[in-house]
Amino acid sequence: MSTPAAIDVVVSEVVEVNSLIKRFHFKRPDGAPLPAFSGGAHIIIEMQDGDQTRRVPYSLMSSPLDTSDYQCSIRRDDEGRGGSLYMHREVVPGMQMTISPPANLFALDLRANKHLMIAGGIGITPFLAQSSQLERTGGQYELHYGVRSRELGAYIDELQDRLQHRLHMYYDEHNEAMDFDTLLSTQPAGTHLYVCGPAPMIEKVLDTARAAGWPESHVHFEHFSKAPPGEAFSAELSESGISVEVAREQTLLEAMEAAGVDAPYLCRGGACGQCETDVVECDGEIMHEDFWLEDDERASGKKIMPCVSRFRGKRLVIAR
Amino acid sequence: MSSIRYAEFKSRPYYGVLEPASALEHLIVAEGEGAHAVMELVAKAPAGFTSQATLLYAEGPYSPDNGNTEALRELGFARFHTSATAAAAVPRLEGALERLKMSTEVYLTGSESALSIFVKACTDAGLDYQGLQTEHRGSLARRVQCVHCKGITENVTTQPATCAHCGLLLLVRDHYSRRIGAFQGVNINAEDPSDIPAKEEMFR
Amino acid sequence: MGSTASLPTFKDGTYRDDFSFKNSPETVVRAPFPFDKDEYMYAVNMELHKDGRKGTAYEEPIDMDEHYLAEMRDRALVLDEDPLRCQSLPHMEMAGWDTLELLMECKAASFPEAFSLERDGDQWHWINRPMGIDQHFTFGDATTLPYGPLEYITRQAQGDFVVLDERDGNLWMDAGMVTTQADWSLDFDIGMNFFEWHAPVPLAHEKGIFQRALKYLLAVQQSNPARRLNWTMTVNPRLDTSPENYHQWGPENTHITPENVADKLFLRIELQSFWRLPRSNAILFPIRCYLLSMRDLSTVPKWATRMHRVLKSLPPELSSYKGLDNFREIAIDWLSEYDDGSPTTPGPFPD
Repeated sequence: MSTPAAIDVVVSEVVEVNSLIKRFHFKRPDGAPLPAFSGGAHIIIEMQDGDQTRRVPYSLMSSPLDTSDYQCSIRRDDEGRGGSLYMHREVVPGMQMTISPPANLFALDLRANKHLMIAGGIGITPFLAQSSQLERTGGQYELHYGVRSRELGAYIDELQDRLQHRLHMYYDEHNEAMDFDTLLSTQPAGTHLYVCGPAPMIEKVLDTARAAGWPESHVHFEHFSKAPPGEAFSAELSESGISVEVAREQTLLEAMEAAGVDAPYLCRGGACGQCETDVVECDGEIMHEDFWLEDDERASGKKIMPCVSRFRGKRLVIAR
Repeated sequence: MSSIRYAEFKSRPYYGVLEPASALEHLIVAEGEGAHAVMELVAKAPAGFTSQATLLYAEGPYSPDNGNTEALRELGFARFHTSATAAAAVPRLEGALERLKMSTEVYLTGSESALSIFVKACTDAGLDYQGLQTEHRGSLARRVQCVHCKGITENVTTQPATCAHCGLLLLVRDHYSRRIGAFQGVNINAEDPSDIPAKEEMFR
Repeated sequence: MGSTASLPTFKDGTYRDDFSFKNSPETVVRAPFPFDKDEYMYAVNMELHKDGRKGTAYEEPIDMDEHYLAEMRDRALVLDEDPLRCQSLPHMEMAGWDTLELLMECKAASFPEAFSLERDGDQWHWINRPMGIDQHFTFGDATTLPYGPLEYITRQAQGDFVVLDERDGNLWMDAGMVTTQADWSLDFDIGMNFFEWHAPVPLAHEKGIFQRALKYLLAVQQSNPARRLNWTMTVNPRLDTSPENYHQWGPENTHITPENVADKLFLRIELQSFWRLPRSNAILFPIRCYLLSMRDLSTVPKWATRMHRVLKSLPPELSSYKGLDNFREIAIDWLSEYDDGSPTTPGPFPD
């Protein structure tokens, strides 16, 4: 599948939510409604950062019932590859940008008798959209939301208004930790569990659910961490017959795109499997950063996910 | 004991072997010969397993006096209920599912027919079938739905089989519907009704 | 898609009893002929569904031809006899509304003389002039329509429609309107996943076809529909070759003779497309059926030649699975007159 059709938008508003988070609003230039979407969907924002084109996925947090604009909340990551810094520093109202149509890799299972949502920090964004959707379609749900402090927690007041008793807040500054053992041992049959937040929190929830006997098909998670930066490296593309240089703050996928090679993708976060590429030759070490490949596939050195993973060594040849 | 595996048929139910799972509680539903799968499960499980477990046991169509019920009772399940058949066990199973927590592992074992009934009760309660453990024990007789009249014929052992409702001669396909809990039966001699193939015992 | 297509002149015709269905010459040449080579084997023959070639079934995203009204009449008859041909599992309601929106928007954009849609928030006004329908309703409120949203709109659109829910990296056939099917049962298959409902298909599982096709389908995104073609052959222009009624139409499979093969045997083409639905994240899977008699094919020399070669080289498992064994040799004999052994031009379109 080739690159999804792009949508031209104008940045209509930029709101400073707190010292780390900004919210960006996107509208169509003519004000027409944007495509409908489902709670949990993301868009890919294309950024022209100097001579580098970045494409970074962010969850849609606005209500799926109102597509007059799209809203994304972006936390500034000073250690990242630079996408969030670009958004925070360069993007101002009136700017023209390009986004992808919404795609959803973290959808609600609509068969659920109950939806149990667990959010950590900026991982709240997909749940903002999903809770709006459930308000319209009906469906039992509750949201457990952990933040570092009242000051750094986003959208707490809005959620309290909207969700009332269905919202359960946990503040690190008050040493309030979620009691996953109790939470996951008391859910009725037919509950589906959704978790989004920092990787250690997701791991803890998944481990607790597994130990308590939750079947995998009832457990859904989304990592919001992005591809990490790393050492520069080069890769040979056997089908295109060219080599690409991957800069420190670039991904292999971005380097291929910059060289004009049309590579498939969907999530750009190592989760969906679309960009999986065969490794033809590898003299060195692939640093796998994805959530897609099986352990034996990683060990085999025959596969790489170019949207997140990197390479260190003498020679890497991939089938693209 | 049957060790037949059907993974080669993509829509045919695949049954495994019950294994003690990490879970806070356990719900076990067994029919007939499934008693032996339960005994083997308990033998593999850590001490204290049965004290966290509920067993619903359907003795079989004719309540055979084979000692299974007594042997299971001695395993010390926290809750142990018996019923005459799989169908008769369903109301109690539905009651258990209503009170069930997601931290409960569900184990189902018995004949093909009984498994169809148990799996359907669980999925109707909102459990995804992929989270259920199943093990086949006992008869391979099939439930077959006639695609023409929609009637379900129980205990089908032959190929072809006669629909108990509309009387058409049915080819029993390996195509299985979890929702209906039955295999698909399609008229075998529609093109030439005078051609009547002999029935062979296939599913015992 | 930019310009709108010309409206066909609708014809009468039946798909049962006296089988008065007949293609006009224009309808024959616009058909989506499924063979781009002189032989056939399963392949993941997916491509993007866009840039429709003028004067073909690909011109509009949702095609409509001269048989529209006749096909809708046949669908209504099937549903009167067997309402189980349209079903939707409870969690698929939103996908039904997505389907209704997609089909209404496509039809109104492609054929504005025939269809119009006005939207004012959730108050919608739909006009289907050929069928004489003028409906005000509230989007999202099924009580304002005579049927559920999926059934309502698919009673007004040619072809079968299956709705696939996406869960656990798989697609689940959880709703559909199926009355023009090549011998499969929605009532039996509803709730199955991608691999389960394809279980009866020979050879393709072993070739890994379904694994690759599923991966492709999971990547289908909004505004980027995909399509593929499939085919079989049918005796008489019968749209409803259902397993439910197989004991009634099955005997016709033995009725082909060298004398009647030209007009009684049909190439049955399925134009399958795949659309990501926005609110439900489901995939709409329309399966549009086109029927071409052997005589229709003979009016396009390249197609008759190619059909001859495809039937001759077809693996026996596929011939048997597609139910062609009763008449394949008769068709090959009749078509041989149109095959002088010379090479055909590449691609599926007429010369």
